[in-house]
Amino acid sequence: MNALPRWAEIVLLPALNLLLALLVTAALVLATGNDPVAALRALVVGSLGSADSVGYTLYYATDMAFAGLAVAVAFQGGLFNIGAEGQAALAGMGITAVALNGGALPAVVLVPLAILGGAALGAAWAAIPGWLQARRGSHIVVTTIMFNFIAASLLVWLVVNVLTVPGTMSPESRGFPAAAALPGLGVPGAAPVNLALPLALAAAAGVWLLVWRTPWGYALRVMGGSARVARYAGIAQGRMTVTVMALSGALAGGVAVNELLGAQHRLLLGFTGGYGFTGIAVALMGRNHPAGVLLAALLFGALTQGGAELAFEMPAVPSDVVVLIQGLVILFAGALGNMLRPGLLRVLGRA
Amino acid sequence: MEALDAALPVLAAMMRLSVPLLLAALAGLFSERSGIVDVGLEGKMLAGAFAAGAAAAVTGQAVAGLAAGIAAACLLGLVHVYACVTLRGSQVVSGMAINIVASGLTATLALAWFHSGGQTPPLPASGRFLPVVLPGAGALAGVPVLGRAYAIVLGGQASLAYLAFALVPVGAWVLGRTRFGLRLRACGENPAAADAAGIPVARMRYAGVMIASVLCGIGGTYIAIAQGAGFGRDMVAGRGFIGLAALILGGWRPWPVLLACLLFGGLDAAAIRMQGVVLPGIGAFPVQAVQALPYVLTVVLLAGFVGRATPPPASGIPYTKER
Repeated sequence: MNALPRWAEIVLLPALNLLLALLVTAALVLATGNDPVAALRALVVGSLGSADSVGYTLYYATDMAFAGLAVAVAFQGGLFNIGAEGQAALAGMGITAVALNGGALPAVVLVPLAILGGAALGAAWAAIPGWLQARRGSHIVVTTIMFNFIAASLLVWLVVNVLTVPGTMSPESRGFPAAAALPGLGVPGAAPVNLALPLALAAAAGVWLLVWRTPWGYALRVMGGSARVARYAGIAQGRMTVTVMALSGALAGGVAVNELLGAQHRLLLGFTGGYGFTGIAVALMGRNHPAGVLLAALLFGALTQGGAELAFEMPAVPSDVVVLIQGLVILFAGALGNMLRPGLLRVLGRA
Repeated sequence: MEALDAALPVLAAMMRLSVPLLLAALAGLFSERSGIVDVGLEGKMLAGAFAAGAAAAVTGQAVAGLAAGIAAACLLGLVHVYACVTLRGSQVVSGMAINIVASGLTATLALAWFHSGGQTPPLPASGRFLPVVLPGAGALAGVPVLGRAYAIVLGGQASLAYLAFALVPVGAWVLGRTRFGLRLRACGENPAAADAAGIPVARMRYAGVMIASVLCGIGGTYIAIAQGAGFGRDMVAGRGFIGLAALILGGWRPWPVLLACLLFGGLDAAAIRMQGVVLPGIGAFPVQAVQALPYVLTVVLLAGFVGRATPPPASGIPYTKER
């Protein structure tokens, strides 16, 4: 089969996939007797219409960027990490352990230490499935799914049985010390946009450098392209699998950094908010490239924020339509990725 | 005797709770034995649960609910198999997409159609699959242990539960003894060889996934209108994934899969029964640890530390006919 021209592969195909997802959703909104145009307007206004909504869009986009980078970097090595959700949960525990015990330290020491603690636990939680695949042959997809559930149980136990402040009912830890707060960026509005946003941009740049400008990254992409070629080239695939999974888990930990150090300032149930799964959509939409991931993260951040506003504006259309759009994007951009290709090739005269 | 009698309700709960796991696991069995990995069991069951709850609420008929539940799961199954077999897309990505689509879709439709916070209206008795009273159960219920076991463990389950348990020998027979079953398994073991022998690999894989979809639909229906009295948001709550775990623990074979489902159902029943109970020497009963056990067991088994779990060799790999 002939290749699509680069611009079509990078711009046209993702745009068409998104359009398809939106069209299917619009048809559904219409079928339930609601106005899809009004819904779309509410989505756009809700995500970009005011300083508050732009702020929240950026705030959610930060989560999406970390999760998307985590999934994308593993994809570059041919590994499908479904476990970003659990890795973010574990990172939250690491952050909490450091933050709650380091009250005496100044912020310049405590915050980096907490981030490192989170990244370390996130990395470890991802490295185990990596090691199990490399050395024991158990498939990473199934293991990371199981690890998500184990992490969820662990988080419930930790928050409910260990960290809940005695005498209170809400399942959350006590507040972090003031020194463990990531400084805000001072954007106008109420959104807790914080230092995690530039951190996500730096992480994207770092991933680009690492994957496209180092021998390690080249080896990673060879492995992702063909395991057999990688074997002939003498690439240590086992070690590669473990390290790239660890990197992926550390990146997923960024979700916890943004949520806990940047906004919530305590450990609470469900703070990962399904972003680990949205990360799959972000990575697929962004073609597993950091620049694409950032753009897709912005889009999904806007969708998340817009969805919350949409539920206000149109009570009959819940914010879950955004989940539906995410799922459809994964379907069209990922699983049905070959559906549009032959037609597109014909239209562009390459077939 | 008394202790045995007290254990009966837990056993009854074990039977009830293992039914959806069993249906999910058997669904995965047919799909994966044909060579298509199915991490979308959860989503198909959720779609089935919603459709069953909605149809039963509108018609007041449990059977209509079952039909709708199966139809909805089959619709998603068709998407999955089209993506995996016809387009040779990634089976895992497709399965995850189906889970997320089902989660968003059911919540959206439930709110748009029934306006009650994403739930379907409570069902009348005719809209549910109610527990079956076995003949003579009333008379025997007074007999300790055996009589009561007959009345509440063996009896007292919804008709769909008996269907699910009956599907184990049926599934074992189909996969192990019939021409169809052997061909299906051949496609999951070595599709190139199956193809050379004239077996239509794509058609067999379509069949495997569609059988799986029907079973997921029944499973979702069971959760919504036999166990529950209507659909609620994300009500499958990971049971599709525990079914997947049971499939792995059972080594992709029907009878061991049944045992794994009973084990996981039993763990769940025990966790519910023991909630808040303080054990001497241990302290509060570790509910979360017990809930996480199916997943931990699966990881340990997959890693080959205890026993070995080997999936059908060709599962997960799209088959391209040689030219």
